[in-house]
Amino acid sequence: MKAAVLVFPGSNCDRDMKVALEQAGADVTMVWHKDAELPKGLDLVAVPGGFSFGDYLRCGAIAAQSPVCKGLVEHANRGGYVLGVCNGFQVLTETGLLPGALMRNAGLKFISRVVPLRVTTSASAFTEGYNAGDVINIPVAHHDGNYYADADTLARLQGEDRIAFTYETPINGAVADIAGILSDNRRVLGMMPHPERAVDEGHGGTDGQALFRGLIGQLASA
Amino acid sequence: MKARVHVMLKNGVLDPQGEAVRHALGSLGFDGVGGVRQGKIIELDLADGTTEDTVKEMCEKLLANTVIESYQIEMA
Repeated sequence: MKAAVLVFPGSNCDRDMKVALEQAGADVTMVWHKDAELPKGLDLVAVPGGFSFGDYLRCGAIAAQSPVCKGLVEHANRGGYVLGVCNGFQVLTETGLLPGALMRNAGLKFISRVVPLRVTTSASAFTEGYNAGDVINIPVAHHDGNYYADADTLARLQGEDRIAFTYETPINGAVADIAGILSDNRRVLGMMPHPERAVDEGHGGTDGQALFRGLIGQLASA
Repeated sequence: MKARVHVMLKNGVLDPQGEAVRHALGSLGFDGVGGVRQGKIIELDLADGTTEDTVKEMCEKLLANTVIESYQIEMA
């Protein structure tokens, strides 16, 4: 099972993402943002957290226009799997692969702590390792995680069971407490919390493991 | 030639930064500030003959996120 992790100037969770994917059994290549083409035969592209291009203009906006993101969009349009975490989620909304936008936290503060998340659906390769309704503890670390979608988009996400995770208690003003959403083909997941920071006992928790194991298990057997 | 692009959060999208500025103005004793919306101005130095349509394309593709932001273009 082949995965790539995109690296932008200012990415800082790229290596954690690589470790988490490798731990779950993936063969991982790091891909620099100036590469216009992704390696052939990829099953998964991961867009990591960090502060790509210093968050200039808007979080993820410049990264979304970088050469590698053309390849990312093509990969997704071919039905490839994409995981975007934190800044990666922001990049995915800026490319239009996921609907909505991520705005400054309602309380204006950077939030860095472990929060309880509810797994809203298990019907995706990313969440099939959990049961719907499970509460898992995953770290968040963001300033702009306040998910916004207009009423029609929100109704569509809810109606199509595309909300993957919600915050158990509101932390950042996100509409419907949304922490992560799926694309309409359920193969693109964007989430603000960091599952790659919860895959080792040394992290203080391993609730993120099931995401990587479930995803890679399913892609490896596909 | 120059163009100036004003980017604002759309009406109906809560602006927590503007709200914080409103509170701060109130605590400085400026009464009667009913609301503050914060946006940004982007100035572009352009080759002569650049059309407003081109600037509009820049706004749609990069300068504004039209999910949450609206923009206005001033050509000068």
